[in-house]
Amino acid sequence: MAIGRGHLLDLESLSAEEITTILDTTRTFREVIDRDIKKVPTLRGITVVNLFFEPSTRTRISFELAEKRLSADTVNFSKATSSVQKGESLKDTIQNIEAMRTDMVVIRHSSPGAAHYLTQCCNSAVINAGDGSHAHPTQALLDIFTIREKYKRIKDLRVLIVGDIKHSRVARSNIWGLKKLGAQVAICGPSTLLPYEVEKMGVEVFTDIDEALEGVDIVNILRIQLERQDAGFFPTLREYTELYGINMERLKKLNAGFTILHPGPMNRGVEISDEVAEHSDAVILEQVTNGVAVRMSVLYLLMHKEPVSVSEGVEV
Amino acid sequence: MADLIVTGKRVIDTFNDYEGPGTIYMTGDRIEKFEKEYKPDTNGARVIDAGNKIISPGLVDMHVHLREPGREDEETIVTGADAAAAGGFTAVCCMPNTTPVIDTQEVVRFILSRAKEAAVRVFVIGAVTRGQEGKRLSEIGDMWDAGIVAISEDGKSVMNAEMMRNGMEYARMFHIPVISHCEDANLANGGKVNEGYNSTVLGMKGIPSIAEDVIVARDIFISRFTHSPLHIAHISTEASIKLVKEAKEEGLDVTAEATPHHFSLTDDLLKTFDTNLIVNPPIRTTADVEAVKRGLKDGTIDCIVSDHAPHSPEEKDVEFNAAPFGMIGLETTVGLTFTNLVHGNILSEAEVLRKMTVNPSRILNLPYNGFAGDGLADVTIINPDLEWTVEKKKFRSKSKNSPFIGYKLKGKAVCTICKGEVVYEEDI
Repeated sequence: MAIGRGHLLDLESLSAEEITTILDTTRTFREVIDRDIKKVPTLRGITVVNLFFEPSTRTRISFELAEKRLSADTVNFSKATSSVQKGESLKDTIQNIEAMRTDMVVIRHSSPGAAHYLTQCCNSAVINAGDGSHAHPTQALLDIFTIREKYKRIKDLRVLIVGDIKHSRVARSNIWGLKKLGAQVAICGPSTLLPYEVEKMGVEVFTDIDEALEGVDIVNILRIQLERQDAGFFPTLREYTELYGINMERLKKLNAGFTILHPGPMNRGVEISDEVAEHSDAVILEQVTNGVAVRMSVLYLLMHKEPVSVSEGVEV
Repeated sequence: MADLIVTGKRVIDTFNDYEGPGTIYMTGDRIEKFEKEYKPDTNGARVIDAGNKIISPGLVDMHVHLREPGREDEETIVTGADAAAAGGFTAVCCMPNTTPVIDTQEVVRFILSRAKEAAVRVFVIGAVTRGQEGKRLSEIGDMWDAGIVAISEDGKSVMNAEMMRNGMEYARMFHIPVISHCEDANLANGGKVNEGYNSTVLGMKGIPSIAEDVIVARDIFISRFTHSPLHIAHISTEASIKLVKEAKEEGLDVTAEATPHHFSLTDDLLKTFDTNLIVNPPIRTTADVEAVKRGLKDGTIDCIVSDHAPHSPEEKDVEFNAAPFGMIGLETTVGLTFTNLVHGNILSEAEVLRKMTVNPSRILNLPYNGFAGDGLADVTIINPDLEWTVEKKKFRSKSKNSPFIGYKLKGKAVCTICKGEVVYEEDI
């Protein structure tokens, strides 16, 4: 089964089966990265370009490690040191890189649809590593994988996403992915950071965090950016923390056996208290580890187009 | 002896409320005589037999961007006029957001001199403020002396309400309207598309409908206070249309126009990430499209305009956020209007033609008076039932940025006559 018609651009256009295939394959690769020798020859001879037009630590390193552990050749591009500074367009940039015979492109860009646009400009398989506020499918997949590893299911779990939903590609991709797998998804944030008619995406919408946390299994806490304060979406970070910061007191509202997720980078003491970040039910570093396995899975499926079982795939 | 004769069974002269057979005799650039009879056998001069096709006084598009001076790579006055002729228009009114801005008599005269080589008539709209910077009024009187027919800050609003008030009051002395592009720059705040469910799902930065509504309301208040004529450009929201309707009911000198894209397209299309859909004001929701159609039907919206806005391929073939606003429209306006409004059973043929002939002429005091008496020899022949497909390679415009490429339309201008000359014709 091919996923995403040869590219991974978003989760909205994937079926539940395709998402499940990626998650199942991720299990295989998670086992690989827990070994002493974390490398398989699966993508030997394949060249992957990491095109990062926005700053990134986690996602870029995660993709690069995933590629290296699959034995792909990797090239990193960053906007600051490229010809984009000389005015080269995205189209010319990718076509020139592809002319050097590359096979896959991982792109992070500030414009929604940038990954979609690349599929029209080049022949490589394209993986969206974040396009503006639109989508960040591998982040959502790693969040969902992390949840599934713990609960062994997604269906009927109650997931709450807290924070700046309006500007969050992570929130959008999580909503699509979780809903396709049958979770009940709610969002909570100041009304200025909830996008127009977001309830039509099939989520429950809260502005009162204490109400929102009632009976929830999983809380995914989004990073809040200082720029949003300057743009007038809320008065001060201090007030944001008062109203929406997740602290130990607020965890009491959650269902027993709850889990705390955060896609990083964290602002400790702002959207998440230090104790919550360090809580035994916070799986924030587990998410990061799983991120590599998810990306190996996506890279593998896009190049091989067939799901693997534990025994085969990794030995190839 | 006439130089050119057009005859047919279906003349629709909206200036004189005439529908029926007719023959138009043109000598030089004037109409010599009009007879209410179909005379295919007339001899002597060149005779164009329109048969059952519609013969109308030449269509006027009162809102186009010709890009000259400044962006001649995208369009020139001559190529824009060719596109207009192919679209059935015998006159266009060009907006002042060129480089330099049309804010002095010299630039007006430059455009009018270039327009002498153009296939159709070009009327000029001057800027409200110098450089469209919103700080000082342009020399409106001087530009009026050179022939401008309106002033506008098109592309944006004059955000300082007092400056807008002064512009409207000042323009009133010359009996020219202010054409207002209504968008509160703070509310729009760098948005690219309509703020709605689609912008939410796609993570695109939205322009809320209220960005238009608050400026429409403001400018209607200014028009009422200053007794100055106001024309609302490319109206696109349900609430704005309601405001204009109320202003008209009150008897204010307020008029409005709408574009084919605002009655043909919704923001549901944005998921294609087609940068040709990026336009200002943005294509909006189904409710807004229905409101535009209702406004056209009940007379709230007086004119249909293309807002023809050419852009080069390198400007549009980019990632979504990097693309500029605007789509070309001169060659698709008649087709979309007939397809969606006439064949869509919203308006009659005469009703849509009014919005491209007599209404813009009256709003801008253009020298058209239809076929009665000694009129301008400008005629458009439309085949309302011709089915055709919009093709990129057939555009006469220098730019090809249309989201309608591939659309099947019904209704097309098949012959355009300007100043007594056939400037466009296909087999009729």
